[in-house]
Amino acid sequence: MTDKPQRLRIADREFNSRLIMGTGKFSSGAAMAAALEASGAELVTVALRRADLSGGKDKFANILQFVDPKKHVLLPNTSGARTAEEACRLARLGREATNCSWLKLEIHPDPRYLLPDPVETLKAAETLVKEGFTVLPYINADPVLAKRLEDVGCATVMPLGSPIGSARGIETRASIEIIIKQATVPVVVDAGLGAPSHAAEAMEMGADAVLVNTAIAVATDPVRMAVAFKAAVEAGRAAFEIGLAPKRREAEATSPLTGFLDDR
Amino acid sequence: MSFVDQFDQLPLGELASYAEKATAADVEAALARSGSTRVRLAPNRRSGLEDCAALVSPAAAQPQYLEAMARRAHELTVRHFGRVIRLFAPLYLSNECINICKYCGFSRDNPILRVTLTVEQVVAEARFLREQGFRHILLVAGEHPHFVSGNYLRDCAARLHPEWPSISLEVGPMEADEYVPIVQAGAEGLVVYQETYDRTVYAAMHASGPKKNFDWRLETPERAYAAGFKRLGIGALLGLAPWRNEAIALAAHLEYLLKKCWTAQVTVSVPRLRPAAGEFQPLVDMSDRDLVQFVCALRLTFPEVGIVLSTRESAKLRDGLVPLGVTMMSAGSHTEPGGYTGQGTKELHLTKGGHLVKPPLPLVESEGEHATVQFEIADNRTPPEVASRLEAMGYDPVWKDWDAVLNER
Repeated sequence: MTDKPQRLRIADREFNSRLIMGTGKFSSGAAMAAALEASGAELVTVALRRADLSGGKDKFANILQFVDPKKHVLLPNTSGARTAEEACRLARLGREATNCSWLKLEIHPDPRYLLPDPVETLKAAETLVKEGFTVLPYINADPVLAKRLEDVGCATVMPLGSPIGSARGIETRASIEIIIKQATVPVVVDAGLGAPSHAAEAMEMGADAVLVNTAIAVATDPVRMAVAFKAAVEAGRAAFEIGLAPKRREAEATSPLTGFLDDR
Repeated sequence: MSFVDQFDQLPLGELASYAEKATAADVEAALARSGSTRVRLAPNRRSGLEDCAALVSPAAAQPQYLEAMARRAHELTVRHFGRVIRLFAPLYLSNECINICKYCGFSRDNPILRVTLTVEQVVAEARFLREQGFRHILLVAGEHPHFVSGNYLRDCAARLHPEWPSISLEVGPMEADEYVPIVQAGAEGLVVYQETYDRTVYAAMHASGPKKNFDWRLETPERAYAAGFKRLGIGALLGLAPWRNEAIALAAHLEYLLKKCWTAQVTVSVPRLRPAAGEFQPLVDMSDRDLVQFVCALRLTFPEVGIVLSTRESAKLRDGLVPLGVTMMSAGSHTEPGGYTGQGTKELHLTKGGHLVKPPLPLVESEGEHATVQFEIADNRTPPEVASRLEAMGYDPVWKDWDAVLNER
């Protein structure tokens, strides 16, 4: 039992917030910055392909300027990479440009559904961990792959709840339950969380954190939606830490029918 | 097996008549299924393209359905792409062409001022576009194996690669092995419009030159994919054949490419015929309202496919189409080689029927010191003006959404 919230620990860092935010799809850099602030998120992921990786300060590729390093820890991602080789190249260039060795590894050869490639992801993770990256891989909810990634030294695993942007919630529940049960690294449920209740559900299941982007970015009021997700993540985590009452198939009578056996 | 085999088995005639006869109930059912429709290509009437046909039908053009389609298209676009528009610019390399295409300003038989920019001149034009903010560039050229050769295109791509995160080409179709060096030099996208999916109209429009070969053109995206291109753009030139029929064929082509070329980013453009040298008049009408229906139907049928809108359309219509499904726009475009910085004006020459004409004869279409445009643009706003307008509409104009490091081999 514990009476105060447990902090999230990933690799050598601790976080108060268990909500990780994405930065795509916002109507402007300013709208994104406001939502990040309201969400209380500490870890924030940014697509390296949208940033200027030349070392210059390109005003036409300035997404990083909207992520305040005093408030957020940058988690660059390799979105756009279709192979391990592309992801590794992008990661190395990104590390030079951002001075950040944390990496959300995303390899999706299929631009239609953006589903992660398990083979290439494992290959890239192995290489990048050896090169000193702290690797947080985005994966399908595959428990065996999750263990394999853990074995090669990934800092977390990030299984998807449902396809990116689909807002369908946790459709991979059975597999995510196994991943959580077996994991020795934090499990971050990533993608498909369309409503605060989805985020709360993931947290109640015992996920260590969730990553949310589309649901907040495309909301009519991203700031309020960020606040709603923040509250849901906190509520779900608190419920998990306290322990939910087990579900039962039947109602449990307050006056048991076999109570007479105890009568004396 | 290529798309040509599937295309020839598609019941396009039946689907077109299904669209013509579609009822309000058909439209409502298609609308209800939109976004989750599973398009299947099969050589029978139940081809799964019926929903697409219903959405482009005259019945769906009724104001209440068009509005419902627009709302759904907006919702799907925002969900999949966010409140973001990617900007790009075309750079015309050459307006020399060996084809005779009745609708095109560059057609070989048009007596126009022509030029092919040198690689250095291309670099100068590109630098201007880069200063304006563009990081995605589309290199466009007429079809001329001598002037616009594979080596020339490879050299252009290689020179631009260090400064350009994303380079695409819209040039005459080539063999897959001819594309390979261009991809290796740093190009990642290939755009090729079929112009029309109607074989009869296609034959009538393309009087001479390699473009006459309908099948060769239709298979181009597949060859490009085999060569390593990662973005494939297709489209029909609207104004040649009835747009509803083109929409159905285009949907079939899209679906095929999405399955066959599954690691490529497939985009679709919606170019409407514009005035050009040769004074060609559209063979069929397509109103603004039709174009809106077309874009919405594409979005409802393919929620994840990028839709490209050029400066062929007016500022007002472009602004109106943004929320309805468009994901990529050009801005401040010139459709003649040298149009941005005046490169190549000294090398201009007048050709007619593919031969140099001396001394210069009275021009049908003269641009003074400039090469002749492929077509007139309708949105004359500068790139910053387009970007500001997008911001005012609640969209983030994204200039860089790719990185050259992803293109290296």
